Amino acid sequence: MIEAVEILATASLWDAVLRIATPLIFGTLGALICERAGVLNLGIEGIMTLGAMVGWMTVYQGADLWTGLLVAALCGAIFGLLHALLTVPLGLSQHVTGLGITLFASSLTYYVYRLALPVASTPPTIEPFQPLDIPLLSGFPFLGEALFSQTAPTYLAIFACLATAYILARTPLGLAVRMTGENPHAVEAQGLNPISIRIGAVVTGSALMAVGGAFLTTATFNSFFPTMVQGRGWVCIALVVFASWRPAKALLGALLFALFDAYQLRLQHVVDQAIPYQLFLMVPYVLSIVALIVMSRRAKVPQALMAPYRKGER
Amino acid sequence: MRLERREGTTFALIVSAPLAAIAVALMLSGGLIAIAGANPMDAYFEMVRGAFGSRLSISETLTRTTPLILTGLAAAVAFRTRLWNIGGEGQLYAGALIAAWLGHSIGTTVPSPLAILIVLLSGMVAGALLLLGPVLLRIRLGVDEVVTTLILNFIVLLFVSMMIEGPMKDPLAFGWPQSVAVGNEVLLPKILERTRLHAGLLIAVAAAVLIWFVQSRTVFGLETRAAGLNQKAAAFAGVALGPTLLGVACISGALAGLAGAIEVTGLKGYVTLDLSPGYGYSGIVVAMLAGLHPIGVVITALFVAVIFVGADSMSRALGVPSFIADVIVSISLLTMLVSLLFTSYRIRR
Repeated sequence: MIEAVEILATASLWDAVLRIATPLIFGTLGALICERAGVLNLGIEGIMTLGAMVGWMTVYQGADLWTGLLVAALCGAIFGLLHALLTVPLGLSQHVTGLGITLFASSLTYYVYRLALPVASTPPTIEPFQPLDIPLLSGFPFLGEALFSQTAPTYLAIFACLATAYILARTPLGLAVRMTGENPHAVEAQGLNPISIRIGAVVTGSALMAVGGAFLTTATFNSFFPTMVQGRGWVCIALVVFASWRPAKALLGALLFALFDAYQLRLQHVVDQAIPYQLFLMVPYVLSIVALIVMSRRAKVPQALMAPYRKGER
Repeated sequence: MRLERREGTTFALIVSAPLAAIAVALMLSGGLIAIAGANPMDAYFEMVRGAFGSRLSISETLTRTTPLILTGLAAAVAFRTRLWNIGGEGQLYAGALIAAWLGHSIGTTVPSPLAILIVLLSGMVAGALLLLGPVLLRIRLGVDEVVTTLILNFIVLLFVSMMIEGPMKDPLAFGWPQSVAVGNEVLLPKILERTRLHAGLLIAVAAAVLIWFVQSRTVFGLETRAAGLNQKAAAFAGVALGPTLLGVACISGALAGLAGAIEVTGLKGYVTLDLSPGYGYSGIVVAMLAGLHPIGVVITALFVAVIFVGADSMSRALGVPSFIADVIVSISLLTMLVSLLFTSYRIRR
């Protein structure tokens, strides 16, 4: 029992929290941007898988890590554009199209991976992102190891969250995006084009999702294997609801979620097979359903979420 | 350029929509096959031969069609009422797990046909119960069922893993995670000698006909359709939305659970974690390609089975990764969505 509490006092736990949270932050932020503009993007799971493979493959072919993230973002943006074109100007069902994008992106990912590396019994590896050494802070006892020994993309994720919060709340661009999610007809009346705003939001959001996936293969692990995203995309969709569509709360939600995840991983070693390990692995999934239930009543859903916009049609 | 709603759709349009969608999907996938260094026409020819070339391959294709019909129906029934049940995979495993457990323990206490019936029914109940949770959450609290059913898939798979490594582990399986095997009394009869084709196919086709009858000839069927087309109008016309949704959920979950129970009693005899190569997700494509029509589901399930079985042998012959099957199927879903749009809209300048 005491051991279970002591875990909380180890620096490695908090170090792991930030690492586990990073792909969730990118993914949740991406899904949030899409949804604030009124488009549900269930392509997230597939786009993260694609990003994971593309980011890794780019580095494996000899490019540097940042180029890997960039190429992943670009591929995510392309699939985001596909989702946007199908759901926004054509107004197709966002649920089914999103699932279609997920199935397409992940099957294409596996196909390309198998094509590039026909037989690989053990997945080849790359040199992943190393923890950034920040002068003074990283050397600080406990806190240095717990909070300031992260890889650069983790700091980027936190920065992206705060930047998105600022842009959405304080800039004309953010206002236009939020308005498109609440009332696209009002946007039209302002002389703006809700169609292009939605497309732009989905493309941007999808690029972020892909970066989240790429983080898994360029920082958390150093290789790609199928099914490695493991439902993280769906967890992100739940986190958006949990965060009530606010970027700062999304950051908090992702961290809280990662805390539970990191904690259960360590608790597994403490109880040592007294409880089946699968029960621990269920924790993140159960938590996201609980989060949905708890927050669904209070959530401020964008009013035009999932409502296709056609000019002159109500 | 803009989209304009058509006055009405013709039968020809409705039938040509999936054909056009599949044609475009095959063309796009052909590009990917060419990248792999094979001639797309050769590859498609190999696929058809792999799926229909011999008595054995035909039986394998039909064996693969069986669970796809059931998961396809599960999705079609639910989607028609705009109940987004994406949890077919989890419901399938829930049905399979219960079927394996009962099939193992029921023994010779009851006569064989009755034992089979009990095992299949309990698989259906398990699938239905698994979907009832998310649907109740939607009705009571407005929780989106897409996310909850999707996440439940992962929880169920972990639960299955826990059971087949723990209480339901086969002690004779040399540490391989595999459930205990069902008794011979509950195995479904084979319908073609010296093949793996079993009576599950007949059950699946019968289910499709039954669903078609319920949807087109009963009041409940009309209510499910009305609730899907326009909730407010349906409620105004006196359709009780909650009970209708729950009824649809029971049917949809039961069909997916039945798919799992049939895979266990008809084909595998036990549960492993690779019992289903994503039948639950492929079922969504099957349903969409069929335009959610239950009889259409039988045909599109066969199409998807042909792609999967054919791709395996094509992959062995030409060296194109067999993942091409998933690519073809997922592109067909997207192209089908677009061509469905053009059955009810036309482009105007």
